[in-house]
Parts: sequence; C-alpha cells; structure tokens
Amino acid sequence: MAQPVTGDQVLEPVAATTPGMVRLLLSNRVAVVAGLAVLGFAAIGLLAPVLAAYDPSAQHPEAIRAAPFWHPEGSTRFLLGTDSLGRDLLSRIIYGARISIFLGVVVVLLTLVVGTGLGMLAGYFRGWFDAVMSRVVDTLLAFPFLIFALAIMAATGPNLVALVLALAFKGWVDFYRVARGDVLAAREADYVTAARGLGASAPHILFSEILPNIIPPIIVLATLRMATIIIAEASLSFLGIGVPPSIPAWGTMVADGRADVASAWWIATFPGLGILLLVLCVNLFGEGLRDALDPRMRK
Amino acid sequence: MWGRFVTQRTLQLIPVLIGVSFVVFFTMHLTPGDPIEHMLGQAGRITQAQIDELRAHYGLDRPLVVQYGLFLRHAVRGDFGLSYSHQGRSVSAVVAERIPATLELTLFAFLIAIVLAIAAGVVSSLRPQGAFDRTATVGALLGISMPGFWLGIVLIIVFGLRLQWLPISGRIDLALAPQPVTGLNTVDALLAGNGAAFLSALKHLVLPGAAMAAPMAAMVMRMVRSSMIGVLEQDYVQFARAKGLPETSVVGKHALRNALIPTVNIVALQTGLLLSGNMIIETVFQYPGLGKLAVDAIAAADYPLVQAVVLIYAVSYVLLNLGADALHAVLDPRVRAA
Amino acid sequence: MTAQPLLEVRDLHTHFSTYRGPLRAVDGVSLTVARGETVALVGESGCGKSVTALSIMRLVRRPGRILRGRVFLDGEDLLQKAGAEMRQIRGGRIAMVFQEPLSTLNPAFPVSTQIVESLKVHGVARGKQARERGIQLLEAMGIPAARERFRSYPHELSGGMRQRVMIAIAVSCEPELLIADEPTTALDVTLQAQIMDLLARIKQERGLAIILITHDLGLVSQFSDRAAVMYAGQIVEQGPVAELLEEPLHPYTRGLLRCVPRLGRLGMPITPIEGSVPDMAALPPGCRFAPRCPEAMDRCRRAMPAACEWRPGRAVRCYLYGDAEEAGEDRKQDHGVADRD
Repeated sequence: MAQPVTGDQVLEPVAATTPGMVRLLLSNRVAVVAGLAVLGFAAIGLLAPVLAAYDPSAQHPEAIRAAPFWHPEGSTRFLLGTDSLGRDLLSRIIYGARISIFLGVVVVLLTLVVGTGLGMLAGYFRGWFDAVMSRVVDTLLAFPFLIFALAIMAATGPNLVALVLALAFKGWVDFYRVARGDVLAAREADYVTAARGLGASAPHILFSEILPNIIPPIIVLATLRMATIIIAEASLSFLGIGVPPSIPAWGTMVADGRADVASAWWIATFPGLGILLLVLCVNLFGEGLRDALDPRMRK
Repeated sequence: MWGRFVTQRTLQLIPVLIGVSFVVFFTMHLTPGDPIEHMLGQAGRITQAQIDELRAHYGLDRPLVVQYGLFLRHAVRGDFGLSYSHQGRSVSAVVAERIPATLELTLFAFLIAIVLAIAAGVVSSLRPQGAFDRTATVGALLGISMPGFWLGIVLIIVFGLRLQWLPISGRIDLALAPQPVTGLNTVDALLAGNGAAFLSALKHLVLPGAAMAAPMAAMVMRMVRSSMIGVLEQDYVQFARAKGLPETSVVGKHALRNALIPTVNIVALQTGLLLSGNMIIETVFQYPGLGKLAVDAIAAADYPLVQAVVLIYAVSYVLLNLGADALHAVLDPRVRAA
Repeated sequence: MTAQPLLEVRDLHTHFSTYRGPLRAVDGVSLTVARGETVALVGESGCGKSVTALSIMRLVRRPGRILRGRVFLDGEDLLQKAGAEMRQIRGGRIAMVFQEPLSTLNPAFPVSTQIVESLKVHGVARGKQARERGIQLLEAMGIPAARERFRSYPHELSGGMRQRVMIAIAVSCEPELLIADEPTTALDVTLQAQIMDLLARIKQERGLAIILITHDLGLVSQFSDRAAVMYAGQIVEQGPVAELLEEPLHPYTRGLLRCVPRLGRLGMPITPIEGSVPDMAALPPGCRFAPRCPEAMDRCRRAMPAACEWRPGRAVRCYLYGDAEEAGEDRKQDHGVADRD
C-alpha cells in the first residue's frame, strides 16, 4: 500500500477513497470527541424538557441572583444559580442549546442548498445568469456579515423567520463560490466529457456526476459556517435584535446578565461558556473533517 | 501602470457602492408602515414642523423609486436627515462627532491584532508542533470560537472588577481629557505632551481593543502560520540560506514578504468582522462611538441614524478592501502585470 | 603534485526521519575535489546527489540531519564550524546553483535586491558600488540590456536569463567552489548548451572548482574532469571521466551507459536496467544494487562491499574488484552535528 520511499521523498499516507477518508477522520481523536460533543449538545437540546430541572421561564422570587452551588452562598437547588428574575440558569442554558443548534442547522442547510444550487447552475451554464450573479455576489460581499443582518433585524425587530433569513442572506455566497468554482473545473474534466459523449443530459451530469465530487469541500464549509452562524445569532440576540425574548437563547441571557456583572457574574458568564464550548466543538470537528476529506485544503 | 490599476479598481467600486446603498435603503423600508408613524411614537421629542420637513425630505408620499433617488442624492451630499433620538439634530452631525472614538478604537484593535498575529504566526511556523505552536494554535482556536461580547464581559469581570487593573467604560478619565485636535485622544494627548492623558486614554482602549482584536488576530495568526510554513519550504528560502544570509533575513525578509501576500486578503475579509464586532464591543463597554450609537439608534427605532451608520460601515469596508487589493499588488509584483 | 584538495568529504552520513523509519539518503559518501577541478556527481533521481550537496553546505533541515562524517574545506572541517562562520562560507567560499531558477529566485523582490544583498552580506560592496557591480556581473553572464534587467522581477525574465542571474548571484562573492545542482535540467537543449558554455567560461576565468550534479551522462563527458556515480545513497564508482566512460567497472555504471543511446552507434540495442530503485526506508542488507545486478553473487546479498581503490584515483564499491566489506552498520555514535546555524 505504501509506495517505496526514495531519497527525494518523505511521504505521508494519503487516503483518497471514501472508506479511507472516514478512517482518517476517525483516527483524529480530537475531531471525533468534538463531533460527539456536538451531538451531545443536540441531544441535550432535544431532551431539554426531560433534563432541565425547572421550566426555563419559571421565576423564583425568593431566590433572585442565587449563586452557583459551589459558592458559599449557593445551594444545590439551583446548580448554576439564578438570574435577576430568579430563573434557574442551568435549565435556561439547557433550553438555550435548542435554539442555537436549531438555528445553526436550519440556516446552514438553507444557505447550503441555495448557494450550492445557484453555484452549480452558474458554473455549468455560465452566460447571463453567471454574469448577473457575479454582480449580486459582489454587492453582498461588500457588507460585513453582521452589519447586514443587523440592518435587517433592526427593521423587523426580534423575529425568528427574519432572523433565519437575515443570517442566511449572506451565508449562501460562500457555498455559491465553492460550488461554482468546483463545477467550472469539473465541467472540463474527462469524466464529464465522457458522460456527455454517452448522451447524458445536463441535469443528470450535474447531479450524478459532478455533485458527488464537490460534496467534500461543501460539507467542510457547512460545518465551519455553522460555527459562524451560532456566534452571529448569539451576537444579535445579545443586542436584543435576534431571537425573540420569549425563547431562551444564550445571547439574550448574557445580555440579561450584563447589568449584574459586578455582583452576580455567573448570569452572564455561563451561557457564554455554553456558546464557546459548542462553537469550539463545531470548529474542531469541522477542521478534523477538512483534514480527512482533503488534506490539500489544509490552511 | 499604477494609475490604471487604481482607476480600474475604483470604477469597479461604483456599482458595488450603488448596490450597497440600494440594500441599505430597502432594508430600512422593510418595516410595514410609515417611518414617520414610528417617530410619532417617540412621545413628542420632535416638533410637528420637523415631522413635516422629514416627510418632504424623504418624499414619503412619492413612489419608492423616487424615494431611493432622493436618498441617494442626499446621501452623496452627506445629508442623512434628522435624528429623532437626538432631539432632531442632523444625523450627519451626530455621526460625525462619534466617528473619532470608533476610529481610535478600531485602529488600536487592528494594530494589536496584526502585530500579535504576525509575530505569533511567524514564531509558530518556525517550529511546527513545538510548545509555542501548540499553545498558539489552541489560543487561536479559542479566539475564533469565542463570541466577542462574552470575551468583553469576561475581560470586564477579570481585569476590571476583580483585579481592578483597567477601566471598563468610557474613553478617558474626563479630568485629563486633552484638547481635541484630531479627536483621537491618544494622538491629542501626545500632541499636547500630556503623558498622564495619553496613559489614561490608552488604558481605556486596552480591554475593548483586546476584545475586538481577538477573533481577527486568531484568524490572521493561523493564516500567517500556514502561509509561512508553506513558504519556508520553498526553494527560494533555501537559496537565500545558500547565499549565506543570516536566518533573521531569510525568515523576516524573504519568507515573510511572500507569506504576507495571502495574509493581506484574509486581513481584508477580517476587517469586516472587526467592524461588526465594533458595534458589539462598544455596547459591552459603553464606549461612546459609532457602534454604540447604532445600537442605541436601533433600540430607539431611529431609522435615519441606523441607515447612515450602516452605510458608513459598509462603505468603509469596501474602501478597506480596495486598500487591501492595492497592498496586495505592492507585495506581489506578479499581480501588477495582470 | 598532490596539493591539498579544496574539498574533501569523508564518510558522510545524512539520514531523514520518516514515519517509516530512518531514510539513509547519504550513506557513507566520500569525495574529493581539487582546486579548479570539475567533478560530476551522477545518478538517477533520488539517489542522494542533492542531499550530498546540501550536506556539504550544511543546509539539511529537519527531518534530515547529518549523522556523521567530515567535510574538509582547505583542511578545515565544516561540520564543526559555528553558525556565523558557516554563513560566511556559504556564498563566500562555496556557492550553490539550483535546478529551477523560477522557484529559486524570490518572486517578491527584483533581481537587484537579490544580487546586492549577497554582496552586502559578504562585505564585497554596498550601496551604489554594489549596484554597479551587480550590473557588471549580469553583463559578464551574457545578459543583454543588463541595466534594465537589473531592476526586473524574476517572472519578467526568460528561463535562460533567470539561470544566468542565479549563476551571477552565485559567483558574485568570488567563491572557490560552485555546486551546480542540475543547472540545465529545466532548460531546453539550446539553452542548456549556452548555460554550460557560460559555466565553462567562468570556470576558466575564475579558476572555479565545480561539483556538477546531473543525471545527464552527455554533460558529464563534455564538461567534467572526474565523475562519481551514486546509487541509493552511496558512491559506487568514481574516477577520471574518460576512464569511467571507456571502461566502466561497476555493473550499475555499465548499465547506465548501456541505457544511453549514442550517436554513431546506430543499431546497438538500448538495454534498460531491470527492476527499480530500492525503497530507501527498507534497504536490503548487502549491496544495494544486488537485486538488479546481472553479475550478483551470494556474497553481494549478504554483506555490503566497501569502496576500494582499483587504481590510483579510481574507486569502486563492488566484490568483483575487491574483497573489503563495509564495517558493521550499527555504529550508533554520531557527532550530533548541528545542521542549522
């Protein structure tokens, strides 16, 4: 399997097949743990009603700003303490996982489908469509991501659908460019010419021949984008123009806790820690994925 | 050759700028109803005369396209209307007085991000997988995984409240404020030779600057590192050594120059992140700049103000990218020929 | 007439650590170069010629390191020198020219910078003087319109001109030895001839000793005084070029010569050497060429032959010409030679 090594080479093993890639991924322990952790977060979010000790919006006026349990003034009744309205922080954090992951997945899927689809069309058929899209893309790229989402949310106020659209509005561009670039390269490739020679139709070529080859970088991009989306959503919620306040979200919680930073620091810190851990795991997994799927993409 | 490069790029800018203004204009009009109606909900902060003036100014009874035209015409002249969350003062005046603060903070954050990132990236690349590299890589990973607002809050808690080393809000100790010449407190303090004021201004910049710089520094450092690792394997680096050049020259001059080429592009992209982060960080630190202005304006539904600020951020970003393109051409002579 | 040789390499060993174990790129190479002499280092890709050159210049980097051996330049062991001293020697006394000038010249800097910095670092000239000297050098290398070309970037020059620039940089500080690593491989035939002419000329003018690394036997015969044939990290035969080509001793050398089609010998069959180069990370015991050697004996497969002197100036590593065996390979001691400055 390994090629003979000559004086010129100091080889690294290269895996170019799917089972090879999977094996390479699984050999990266950090990535595997991170990936499992992300699934763990998702599970926690799904099982929130079962796992959380309290209803996230239930207020306990007698235990406002209670300290976490290891604090001398804390108790095991509220493991991570309570916020300014006496709501159990741990329960809220558990519920917060739901919206973060849900939005992350939904937005990424949306941008992936739209971006990849448009990119493939533009790359394969070129022509006026491609030219128009280039202009659109250039304009969208001119906006820093958050500023754009902010502008939209500023106009509509905290609104879940608007949030999804605002986050997705610019995100699809990355997928578009990757898909378009890869399709442009692929359409000149031999296997495509061969397929055309056999009389395959354009949609068939696009979906059965080209698509499987561009999936790996798309998947990597999707994972890494999810991290960005989660942080963006949290930032918008922090500013009060993200998730509607009725839904427990980590960003909103940090904003709530900001006022009490001097006395009850845990209110702002722990939800943020949740964001950090989730995003860290998504990033670690995404990078492991990238290293396994295409070592040449390594940055 | 340079002239042609600049004109070419500037011309490409124009459709983009138009597109930007278009988007900014229309997002503001996503809200159902008459913006003036919203203003009326501000409990009599502006007079009826001002409302009428605004109505005419915005041409709200005219078709949307005409309104856009009016918006553009006014915008190019710097007229963004009146800010109703600021007692009807002109938006451009309100914005102008906040710009220096944001400029100072952003420049500061940019500088520390770049310097730290390049230094850390280069040192890491010299011994990949070494102790420094591992630490730096972990740090960078944390940097890109952390929400900026959270980092800001943690910095406030640790350095501001617990250790009490640094201030957590404002720009400068008001008693020490220097004469405003440029509007940048650090520069003004230096111009006045006032060491205490300079120090105070600097101290106020550290925490928000660090929070703003972190994600950008993290991404840039990774880019520099991987770019350097690639460059250090190149033949010309080996040739430089074969010429007998000292290692500092080989790494610092020959290698770094080439490694910076792709880095410039990343930096350009990341400035977008920096600008977005600016709004958030200014809010966290109650820093009286453009970002906080925008956030407050959003809360107050002061659309003309929000519009103006968003436009400024977007245009800055476009110009910064132009600058990055130019810098890229300076660093890589092969691009100039194209 | 045995003056001290300019360069004497003695029993050089350079290994690379790979995920499959140590790769013995240079395994007991010994070589001498006299003043003004041209020695060709011949062999196929991967036999260790370039690594030998890099080891002489002490440019071998992680994961490679020079395990043991001696490299004497005018009697001083380079492997014992401190970093700063070695840097003076690089470019100042020994210079190197590489194969592909487009990747060897820094694309970000104009030619002027790259020549001048050499001159400055070796204290030959600075500032305006350095620039003038640089332009003169380009002219001496046969580059037309040298003054304009001086300010150009590498990508603006043709392949042949880039190679001349590289040679100009190499000789700018008057070295005594020039190591040319496949200087014409990346060029087409007409340019090859031009560059070799240039090398011949500067060799004559400056009394330069040259180590010519190549796989092209034609170049070897035209240009060098002596040649050393390398196979799998070792020198298997060396001697004066004319003798080597007329009377090759080692089966590998014979095989190489048979592979080359020759003008004037039409109709002679070209017989390739059977088999392929050994896996350098998993070497067989005994002679490395044995698996492919038409004259291999049992002994060849069991123990490695040592290089022995067949005639004064002629050495061969083969049991056909001598009985000496290479002493045990497991001498773990090494100098711990510093391979970076």
